[in-house]
Amino acid sequence: MKIVATYNIKGGVGKTAAAVNLSHLAARDGLRVLLADLDPQAAATFLFRVRPRVKGGGNALIRGSRDLDRAIKGTDFDGLDLLPADFTFRNLDLILDTTKKPTQRLARLLRPLRASYDVVFLDCPPGITLLSEAVLYAADLVLAPIIPTTLSVRTLDQLTEFIGGLDGHRPAVLAFCSMIDRRKRLHNEIAERLPAERDDVAATAIPALSLIERMAVQRSPVTAFAPRSAASRGYAGLWAEVRDRLCLTVPAQPGHGRA
Amino acid sequence: MSAYSHNFAYTDGERSVSEVVREALPPQFSVVPAARARTVRRTWLDTFDWRLHQAGLTLECVAGRGPAELVLSGTAGERITAVANGTRWPSLATGLPRGPLRDRLQTVTSARALLPAAKAASTVSEFRLRNADDKTVAWLTVDLLHPAEPAAADPPARLSVTAVRGYQGQADRIARCLAAQPGVSPGTLPPLDAVLATVGRAPGEYTNKVDVQLSATMPARMALAAVLARLLDTLEANVAGTIRDIDTEFLHDLRVSVRRTRTALKLGADLLPDGLAAEYGPAFKWLGDLTTPTRDLDVHLLTFAADAAELTSASPADLGPFHDYLAERRALEQRRLARALRSARFAALTAAWRSALAGLTPPRRGPDAAHADARIIRRAHRRILARGAAIGADSPPEKLHDLRKRCKELRYALEFFASLHDPPAHRRVVRDLKGLQDCLGTYQDCEVQQKEIRTVAAELLASGGVPATTLLAMGDLAAHVGQRERRARSEFSSRFAAFASRQAQARFEVLAAGAGS
Repeated sequence: MKIVATYNIKGGVGKTAAAVNLSHLAARDGLRVLLADLDPQAAATFLFRVRPRVKGGGNALIRGSRDLDRAIKGTDFDGLDLLPADFTFRNLDLILDTTKKPTQRLARLLRPLRASYDVVFLDCPPGITLLSEAVLYAADLVLAPIIPTTLSVRTLDQLTEFIGGLDGHRPAVLAFCSMIDRRKRLHNEIAERLPAERDDVAATAIPALSLIERMAVQRSPVTAFAPRSAASRGYAGLWAEVRDRLCLTVPAQPGHGRA
Repeated sequence: MSAYSHNFAYTDGERSVSEVVREALPPQFSVVPAARARTVRRTWLDTFDWRLHQAGLTLECVAGRGPAELVLSGTAGERITAVANGTRWPSLATGLPRGPLRDRLQTVTSARALLPAAKAASTVSEFRLRNADDKTVAWLTVDLLHPAEPAAADPPARLSVTAVRGYQGQADRIARCLAAQPGVSPGTLPPLDAVLATVGRAPGEYTNKVDVQLSATMPARMALAAVLARLLDTLEANVAGTIRDIDTEFLHDLRVSVRRTRTALKLGADLLPDGLAAEYGPAFKWLGDLTTPTRDLDVHLLTFAADAAELTSASPADLGPFHDYLAERRALEQRRLARALRSARFAALTAAWRSALAGLTPPRRGPDAAHADARIIRRAHRRILARGAAIGADSPPEKLHDLRKRCKELRYALEFFASLHDPPAHRRVVRDLKGLQDCLGTYQDCEVQQKEIRTVAAELLASGGVPATTLLAMGDLAAHVGQRERRARSEFSSRFAAFASRQAQARFEVLAAGAGS
């Protein structure tokens, strides 16, 4: 089981859109996928039409009094399950702080799911917090969307520095240019330059498209409701790069038998 | 926590399935088609005697747009699939593509061929059942089976509601509403059972056992008539398969039916109208004799590979010409047998015999079934004890062969009247007898095989062109068979002593006394 965290210190950069579309593409490839919505805003949960409620809230999940397995919901897509967000997830830092070895807690909670899933996507809230440390400890790969501006590149440097300073497990980082406004010269320049200069930046960039914003209207991954669109092609390219980085093998006959 | 499915059958033809579902759903739920309905051709396969069904297995060949697929599923959740690769039915399991499915089937079917038990087109439609958020909370699968065999009506539509993970409660609620609809009943027959039911059939309907329910007080003649009619059914059920040479067990079952019939005619002659046994006894002997050459060769060929593996000074490949010779002769004998089974003489025999049995009426005076049973099995048992006791170390093989036949008579008599006995007591006596029968059977089979090897060796030598290595290998084989024969012969006295022991006799006495002596 590989764990991919869509994470950035900055908010509103396209983490949830990446997590939702990549998890859908992974499931379409025949992998068994879980998307864990750790963000109390519950955007991923909303996009999959699931109610943002977990019995016992974050407290029960983190302390282990409620089995993670029992909180998981099936989405409308075969092979793709969701751990919905709950408003109490806003307190995950505080809850983690009261547990032993808090940074290892999330990894420990996910461990029993190894037999059930091939990939777990963690859609994380922004910021550097105890929760983000726990996420980084659990993840094999941090997928970091960055808006191609000078300040965002600086944020990426901060993130890689932060990960480099972690004790013990350090996840790999793969950043990708997100929400590119093709009308802006700087966006285009940085989006072209960064992947050429840095190994930790994906060649695929995701443009800012209204279709991606329509996901909230359709309440569905763009890769599901507009599979041939430029947005879907972008996410497919990004998923291919993630898959390669994780050395994930796709089943010979993709699909889970249901439309 | 895995979701479970609610299964329903829908039989009311007035409304379509989707109408029923729409009417059943509470207002906050909706149903939408998930994909275009797909139709596949399903052929269920089993051996003639339903070995897969008895083992809790179902084998299907499913053909749709892609290559046909074989699917073996078990009641314990076992599931193995393989590409059918254009397999034609009937086929022995050895004729299937190599792999786990073939291996699993071979252990169950052994010498029996797989043949179509039923065929149907299956149209499967899937629907999403959504809640007020338009979130899919369950899947509805509708399977409409259209049997290939003409029937008065198709089987009921098969509905299945399966919860999406985390939505079992909502799926249960939908299922409860669906169950309350007219024409919807909970549970479904397995698809094979449903298809067969439309033509009044059921899986497992054939057995070569004499499963006739008798009552102790019924006239013995009518009990015997019921047994004989059942034997005729089994005989006739195996004629087509024997003629087509589907597998060796059709002939085996046909032959056993003939033998049982002859035994019933012999042991129960005095229960039947005067002259009936004398008239039909020779007719069934003719039929039995017809089956002997092919069956003897079948036994030889069925054990050929195992016997060849025992060779010490020769290689199994050396026996190739011998095997080919046996196979050729078997093909010749099979053609003769098939001709006889297609003959007017055979048709007249079975028709007249059925009519004679149908015309039997209870005699004015005569024993009831229980008394006749006790008398018949006691007589057969006494005969074995007397003839077995007379066999010594120097007795000729014929004496043992004769004893084997007497043992078979008792075994068959026990089978005919099994329904009149206490099952555990019956099982114990059969077990005592089986110990002796196995030893005598091995002895005689080895005798027949030895003679066969000698005869064929002489014929091959006379025909010329047979390699010396083949004759040497046949000698080696004969030596092994001879060893087995001597072992069986040396075991005879102890096996007979066990059968004739005071304890075994007491067990028999309990059985016979229970029958009504």
